[in-house]
Amino acid sequence: MSHLPIAPILVPLLAGALMLLLPRQGLRRALGIAAVVAQLGLALALLERTADGTSLVYALGAWPAPFGIVLVADRLAAWLLVTAALVALCALLYALRGEDDAGPHFHALYQWQLLGLNGAFLTGDLFNLFVSFEILLIASYALLLHGAPSPARTRAGLHFVVVNLLGSSLFLIAVGTLYGVLGTLNMADLAVKVAATPPESVGLVRAAGLLLFGVFALKAALLPLHLWLPAGYARTGAPVAALFAIMTKVGAYSILRVFVPIFGPGAGPLADLAQPWLLPLALATLAAGALGALAATGLRRQVAYLVVASVGSLLTAFGLGSAAGIAAGLYYLPHSTFAAAALFLLADIIAKGRGDLGDRLDPGPAVPGAVTLGALFFVLAVAMVGLPPLSGFLGKALTLKAALGHAMLPWVIGVVLVAGLCALIALARTGSLLFYRAEPWSEPAPGPNAWVLAPVLGLVALILGLTLFAGPLSDLTLAMAGDLLDPAAQGRAVLGQGAL
Amino acid sequence: MEALMAVVIGTLTALGVWLILRERTFPVVLGLTLLSYAVNLFLFGMGRLTMGRPPVIAAGAPGYADPLPQALVLTAIVIGFAMTAFVVTLALKARAELGDDRVDAGEGDGEP
Repeated sequence: MSHLPIAPILVPLLAGALMLLLPRQGLRRALGIAAVVAQLGLALALLERTADGTSLVYALGAWPAPFGIVLVADRLAAWLLVTAALVALCALLYALRGEDDAGPHFHALYQWQLLGLNGAFLTGDLFNLFVSFEILLIASYALLLHGAPSPARTRAGLHFVVVNLLGSSLFLIAVGTLYGVLGTLNMADLAVKVAATPPESVGLVRAAGLLLFGVFALKAALLPLHLWLPAGYARTGAPVAALFAIMTKVGAYSILRVFVPIFGPGAGPLADLAQPWLLPLALATLAAGALGALAATGLRRQVAYLVVASVGSLLTAFGLGSAAGIAAGLYYLPHSTFAAAALFLLADIIAKGRGDLGDRLDPGPAVPGAVTLGALFFVLAVAMVGLPPLSGFLGKALTLKAALGHAMLPWVIGVVLVAGLCALIALARTGSLLFYRAEPWSEPAPGPNAWVLAPVLGLVALILGLTLFAGPLSDLTLAMAGDLLDPAAQGRAVLGQGAL
Repeated sequence: MEALMAVVIGTLTALGVWLILRERTFPVVLGLTLLSYAVNLFLFGMGRLTMGRPPVIAAGAPGYADPLPQALVLTAIVIGFAMTAFVVTLALKARAELGDDRVDAGEGDGEP
């Protein structure tokens, strides 16, 4: 048994613990960067090992599934691990310019946030998914409140914590009910047992499944459970907001993991449990995010609403239910994460350059280095809205193509295109206000230096990479969608040959 | 015993939900605590209620109690305890920084 699947969990756990002992910030920074680079290397190694469709199963304590707890690394999990590590690296590089000095434990919390994220991607067990959620949430509570005390941030943090604690309670009730009826929490085993639910228990399992859907919808910020996101993301520090761009994707990933193989087409009496809810809610989320972006009065709040809209686009693709739809969503997922993270970082650079005006969308003097920042804003706006030629357009085009023939086709096309138009208007208005209608400076000020821009440029380069290698990468996501829709293959890998 | 357990869990949940909907932090924290008690009892009950049986298969015992929910409850208690400590600290911080203990205040206040 290879120990590779557990390494992305152990590295941030040990690095975070070690950081508590390190006396100097310089050492913590070096260890933080080294740990994230190591996680990126491990994630790429896992992707390379699993790209042909193998599932690496790691039984903790060598107890065989479904009695012991397993980690399952397949290409979908590795894809998410790579995305998370890349975003984490760029956000951490940005944090090094001073954001991490506001408190002594920034780097330790950052590593534990990654521990929770990696655990959630790798777990093969519903209860461990809960534990990973709690780890990433408690780290995110502290990171959200990290930095200079501000009443607005504290208020947003309090709401975020209470809402998520409530979500955790519902998660446990759902997990308990599933265990009480089916006697297992192993995901591969659940996929088998749910399909064979005895008729008298169908109602209970349906209730537990829909409760799980509610919890994941809360984590993914699906309408009407999205209200915590704009308030929290707009007020926390920029690198933290950039890292949080991956956090809503954990909810989307969990929806995919639970509602395609377990409560998906093959679930017998409980087939397609969440399907009637997912697509309409995703479209409503997309519309609400786009309208929020139009109405926002601050740049960071606007980006936060665009994150809501991108969750809507992502879950629209997943909600189509077909392999092509899921594959389109999986291709769009890293793109929207990179674009949102880059926009959060860029919004912070712009806000710092504007002095007292901050990120408020009021006319004022030009930002120092306006040409560079304006060009970056333009590229990222194109990426975020989903205009050609960048990968956002490809993701949306793949989604619309997958929607052809779906019963809700007119709704999907209408909402996706109109929401794209709204986001375009919102960002065009912001761009012209910040860069065209700006009053010229009386004396030229130096723009941000290359180190500040490097993380944003890195994220732009990743988006370009996604665009250039769209062919092979979309083939890979199509294969991942195929794995999800055919859970028997992974079930054999997890439970052994004789189990099915 | 099942009926008693169900009534206890139901009462705790109802009280917890009612308290969470209050407008000040202290009742909300109490509500979250009551809700986590209800959840812990619920998880425990999911292993079926048994009396005087060991959580392992032992010769001579009349049967065994399902050990897995007990492990789950233990984890949930630890996590719930940490979360309660955190939310109490956060409520105190909010009381100090915001000057009041309301959780329902609007979005606009304190905007930079």
